[in-house]
Amino acid sequence: MANSNRKLSPRLWGVHAQQPKWLKVILGCLPFVLLLIGYLWASDVRHAENPNDKLLPGITQMVKTMSPMIFEENRRSGTYIFMDDSLASLQRLALGVGLAYLMAVWIGMNMGVYSGMESIGGPFSTFVAMVPPLALLPILFITLGVDEIAKVALIFIGTAPVMLRDIYLTTKALPREQLVKTLTLGGTDSAYVYRIVLPQLLPRSIDTLRLNLGAAWLFLIAAEAIASTNGLGYRIFLVRRYLAMDVIIPYVAWITLLGFTLDYCLRLLSRKVYPWYHGGGK
Amino acid sequence: MNSSPIKLHIEDVYKSYGDKLVLDNIDLKVGTGELCTVVGPSGCGKTTLLRLLLGQEVADTGTILIDGNPVSHPDPVRGIVYQKYSLFPHLSVFDNVMLGLRLGNSPWWLPWRDNPENKDFAMHMLEKLRLTDARHKYPHELSGGMQQRVAIAQALAKRPPILLMDEPFGALDPDTREQMQLYLMELHEELSLTIFFVTHDLEEACYIGTRLLMVSQYYTDDRGHDASVKRGAKIVADHPLQRQPLNTATKDSHEFREFIAELRQTGFNPANKQHVNEFNLRHPQSFQSLTTEEHLRL
Repeated sequence: MANSNRKLSPRLWGVHAQQPKWLKVILGCLPFVLLLIGYLWASDVRHAENPNDKLLPGITQMVKTMSPMIFEENRRSGTYIFMDDSLASLQRLALGVGLAYLMAVWIGMNMGVYSGMESIGGPFSTFVAMVPPLALLPILFITLGVDEIAKVALIFIGTAPVMLRDIYLTTKALPREQLVKTLTLGGTDSAYVYRIVLPQLLPRSIDTLRLNLGAAWLFLIAAEAIASTNGLGYRIFLVRRYLAMDVIIPYVAWITLLGFTLDYCLRLLSRKVYPWYHGGGK
Repeated sequence: MNSSPIKLHIEDVYKSYGDKLVLDNIDLKVGTGELCTVVGPSGCGKTTLLRLLLGQEVADTGTILIDGNPVSHPDPVRGIVYQKYSLFPHLSVFDNVMLGLRLGNSPWWLPWRDNPENKDFAMHMLEKLRLTDARHKYPHELSGGMQQRVAIAQALAKRPPILLMDEPFGALDPDTREQMQLYLMELHEELSLTIFFVTHDLEEACYIGTRLLMVSQYYTDDRGHDASVKRGAKIVADHPLQRQPLNTATKDSHEFREFIAELRQTGFNPANKQHVNEFNLRHPQSFQSLTTEEHLRL
């Protein structure tokens, strides 16, 4: 009775709007399609005026330029360039972010639990987090050389303090009742840290990691752009000199795809391993 | 009841936060096997008293003994059930209950080793609180009443000499609450537990307790009204209670209602200030040691 009089919820606009699944999919794809159409149209217009236009290459041209880089061994270096760049970049990223993550979780957790550690590390970590990492880049290159270490170090310095502070604050936010309870159940300090605090931090640390991967990519590309002999960022900045948009655009799309995939995998992992964290309640 | 050994002994305990005196010369003995309920108006310091017993806070002066030993930081001598944050969200119901048995059993860096005895005991506790079917669930999947039942099972699995409860049923709806009260009374009798139960609900306190303590800041004494005199809450009433057979109808009886009304008048009414000497400390284990000042006056 009450329902029969109710107006149908609108499909799209307003706070009462509810989209069915099929509409959600279509709406989600819409911006991508629009972007693609817009690009192809603009590219077409420019090529009609000047068949040698370099600024907005068409799809066929990108495929033509990219396929030797992907599928053919480079005569000079004897490597598959695209694969080589991707692996080099991913390795730097994994090393830098991985080390930063491990350090952030361990130190952040200890700072959150032990006030002694907090007193030692608190002001310093706040201070370090304020240093703009890119400003440190020259220092890193001068002191660590232009090899891998400097690039990994930049990613580390760029992401570790932020993750550390996030983990530290998450630890601080755990109710004190949990500590008291653990102690009354016969737990030691270490049992509290590694059996109660750490398992509750891990899903949150995955969120932090996901958020900081964006920054990590930024520092990776920046480091590779300045001094490197391979890597995705290196390639983009190398071919920029020849206005090779047919390489730059696929590379940027590839970096985006890699970032998206990493993020998706981490989210999936978190849902699988920590069902209690995603269960809605606290 | 008089002959039961003393479990808890508190003498001359003061506690203040900054300038404000919260607990003012608390003296108290509690015998083994009592379900001692503590009531009082909000902000009177009953939770502070519980925290002192727990070791979560330290008294300014005075002695607190459990089984004759002074209390310090929280340890397995006391079990605790809170109103909120009562369970560990990353552990299933079964793991939550097992936690106390595991923490003492194996060092933290090794995987848990469960001996079958402990497992059986945990299952027995779960069964007693009718949680067997929910044992694989996580806390967020449970109702508030079930969560509190798990919390009780968790605390009891460690078999603490004294169980402290801080408004454990405060967030539950009336029906669930009544059910939980019955559970608790049953457990108390079956396992002969000593329980220190803080609540703001007079009815609850009178219904489940075997002894009732009223803590209140509404009283007068001979210390005068000078600004320098700071008064904190005292135990203003101490009644032995006749535990009724497990029957919720008691709550509606005339005497029960009248008793509650009388108690409310004593402790919850700021306008009605009893003199210290008139406190109804009827319980045989009740005592009040004199301060030096009071000695001098006498």
